[in-house]
Amino acid sequence: MHLLEIKDLGIIFGGLQALNDLHLVVDDKEIVGLIGPNGAGKTTVFNLLTGVYPPSGGAIRLEGNSIIGKKPFQINRIGIARTFQNIRLFKYMSVADNIKLAMNHNMKYNVVSGMLRLPSFWREERAIDKKARELLKIFDMEELADQMASSLPYGQQRKLEILRALASNPKLLLLDEPAAGMNPTETRDLMEVIRRIRDRFNVAILLIEHDMSLVMNVCERLYVLDYGNLIAAGTPEQIRTDEKVIAAYLGK
Amino acid sequence: MDFLKHIINGLGLGSIYALVALGYSMVYGIVQLINFAHGDIIMVGGYTLYVVMASLGLPLWVAVPASILLCALVGMIIERVAYQRLLVHNAARISLLITAMGVSIFLQNSFMLMFGSAPKHISVFPSQLIRLGSLEMDSSTAINIVVSVMMMAALQILVNKSKIGKAMKATSEDSGAAKLMGINTYKVIAFTFALGSAMAAVGAILYCNTYPQIKPDMGNLLGLKAFVAAVLGGIGSIPGAMLGGYILGVAESLTMAYISTTLTDAVVFGILILMLSVKPSGLMGKNRKEKV
Amino acid sequence: MGSIKKKTGLYYIVNTVLVALLFVILLVLINTGVINRYNTQILTFVCINIILAVSLNLVTGILGQLVLGHAGFMLVGAYASALFTKNIGLPLSVSFPISLMLGGLLAAAFGVIIGIPALRLKGDYLAIITLGFGEIIRVVSYNLEITNGAKALDGIKSLSSRQNPSPMFIYGYLTAAVIIVLLFTFGRSRHGRAVISIREDEIAAEAMGVNTVYYKLFAFVFAAFLAGIAGGLFAHNYGTIDPAKFDFNRSVEILIMVVLGGMGSITGSVISAGALTILSEKLREFSQYRMILYAVILILVMLFKPSGLMGRYEISIPGLMHRLVRKIRDRKKVAKTGEA
Repeated sequence: MHLLEIKDLGIIFGGLQALNDLHLVVDDKEIVGLIGPNGAGKTTVFNLLTGVYPPSGGAIRLEGNSIIGKKPFQINRIGIARTFQNIRLFKYMSVADNIKLAMNHNMKYNVVSGMLRLPSFWREERAIDKKARELLKIFDMEELADQMASSLPYGQQRKLEILRALASNPKLLLLDEPAAGMNPTETRDLMEVIRRIRDRFNVAILLIEHDMSLVMNVCERLYVLDYGNLIAAGTPEQIRTDEKVIAAYLGK
Repeated sequence: MDFLKHIINGLGLGSIYALVALGYSMVYGIVQLINFAHGDIIMVGGYTLYVVMASLGLPLWVAVPASILLCALVGMIIERVAYQRLLVHNAARISLLITAMGVSIFLQNSFMLMFGSAPKHISVFPSQLIRLGSLEMDSSTAINIVVSVMMMAALQILVNKSKIGKAMKATSEDSGAAKLMGINTYKVIAFTFALGSAMAAVGAILYCNTYPQIKPDMGNLLGLKAFVAAVLGGIGSIPGAMLGGYILGVAESLTMAYISTTLTDAVVFGILILMLSVKPSGLMGKNRKEKV
Repeated sequence: MGSIKKKTGLYYIVNTVLVALLFVILLVLINTGVINRYNTQILTFVCINIILAVSLNLVTGILGQLVLGHAGFMLVGAYASALFTKNIGLPLSVSFPISLMLGGLLAAAFGVIIGIPALRLKGDYLAIITLGFGEIIRVVSYNLEITNGAKALDGIKSLSSRQNPSPMFIYGYLTAAVIIVLLFTFGRSRHGRAVISIREDEIAAEAMGVNTVYYKLFAFVFAAFLAGIAGGLFAHNYGTIDPAKFDFNRSVEILIMVVLGGMGSITGSVISAGALTILSEKLREFSQYRMILYAVILILVMLFKPSGLMGRYEISIPGLMHRLVRKIRDRKKVAKTGEA
């Protein structure tokens, strides 16, 4: 059984077929890339996977169970977490709180215990604080824990968003253009980080990216979209020499 | 026959809402602001009529253009003083909305200070009974309906045919792109406020024609109801605002006739809630989705 | 970690002592007649407005949803509470606290009924639909027999009397204090984080597992509950209520307190509610100038400091003391090293 299995997935926006018959699988601990020219429908795939839009047709299964019709927050809880193309952090919350929020639904104390500061509040809050800070250590960001998320430089914000997604303990991590706006050095670091995340957290990663050096280096398999259609799938080597892909990128 | 009479009365009342709703709708279409002060522009228009006619003793044909011009001017001043800075800085919507409330409170209390809070009597056209076969209606109702239809037709032509009208449409579609195409969006915004306020002035004249009484807080409920009309018709749409206004007027008139005179406001807001729950974009509005 | 908890513990103690101290001082001043009966009533009104402002701040500042019908919930609480104490035939010292709870619960029930359809909308539309509901509540209460219609509902007994003006104040102060504390602790719990995350970015919050529908409704209903309690206090503080006291203008007044204090800042709401209430009462004769002044201040604040006077910051007296102590210590250290 695949971790993620997408079959015949499609969506129509106001008469426009934005995505058509997509087939895609991701296995445990795989790093898979989703590439294609602008407007190919990549982010739409993420939005369908996380329940932002309902698909017009097709199936999405996580560990064999359909996730269609589930709300975004439910999908997050069963194991798919994402980042956004244009960073969406909780700006006026501290770095640590951004992470704690993603761990929220693993905590159990109720509203009353929280308001009255009952022992369960202290116990769970202390545990989660420790966990959040440990997580931040992975990216050497533990010093920044009590700063406002908005005060971080751009690159750190991207990393924080990835950490936040990881904090919700996903089986599948969706990264939407993680290298956008990064310089070549930062991008090289990011490749290392992505591999480290996979090994350390045992997650599968599906990522959208325009930076070909990153995609070719990090991803084990690639899917190529063009105008909502899957035009190629395979290893980076196969994709590099695929005529359809070259045509889509360079124009015929 | 009674039923038909109530419908016609409702249309007369709805004409006032429709004219005021146009201003809300146009302004919202362009800057996504619920201009809470818009209702008070009606009040400004009403008092201008009163001052020109009752205090200065000048005839109606002076008072009407004076009222329209002054309202347009006040609308532009409000935009310049209270909103422009926020619009330029792309401030949060909530700040704009609260500023609009501030302007509304300011206008009402300033006029209360100048004219006192007691209502003033004003008469615009002498009232007559018009008979169409067995159907009777007040002349004010007929005037309201005719004027509102004429204003809407004029507005449609202005927006669709003139250069500034096309600029308004472009700005409401995508103000960023409009700017890039060389449209002076600030001028468009100022013009929209002026035009909307002028429509409110016409609404004020019709209001005084129907209820010969003005008060500093008359714009409160009238403004709110006109806004409900704008939402009902689909905010941003000119025919929608008219339609919404008429529907609201008829609903109110029928409620008064068949249910209870005191429950009309509850019915009006009930319609609003129903509309927002079923189709927030209104009868003739477009759907807008947030981009993820 | 231990130090953080120790510090928080210390903060709790200092804050409790300060709140208790203020309470005792005011109570002594009231009972010795330094603060007369009229001013005591105003102080109670300050407490009521504080409850209203902080509860609206929960929805508008902390959850980030603009609500324009808060007075409607206050009305429900006021009538429910007043009718209960008028009709139940229990001694007021028993029925009054029960009536406050009851008023709050009924307002919360209205919150659920209104919140479910309203909270599907966002921004301006939510503002307008809550305004609509608020007006409906008021208009309907004009037409009901149980509320005595448009005529005032009077003869609501107060615990305070000419000889002993303090009981209403005690209720007001303690209720307000408890509510402020609960909102603070709520804001710094996992539930508070969820609510704040919705304000910051609803789409991201939902993507991170926050059940946004639930938390929005929770904050909305909780705020309605608190406004209902404030309504009950209001009714019994004044002895007579009519629907006009809970109109759109009242909702706007509460909103102004929240906005001026700073959306998201509870202490900001407390300060601005206190200041504005006292100011309005003292400037009663100049009420029109007062409203003009309010309007101008409101516009200026929005134009030049849209986040309100305090922004999202909270004033913390122990925090200030902590900083002060550290500063003095640092200065001493500097002096010492200078000597060496």
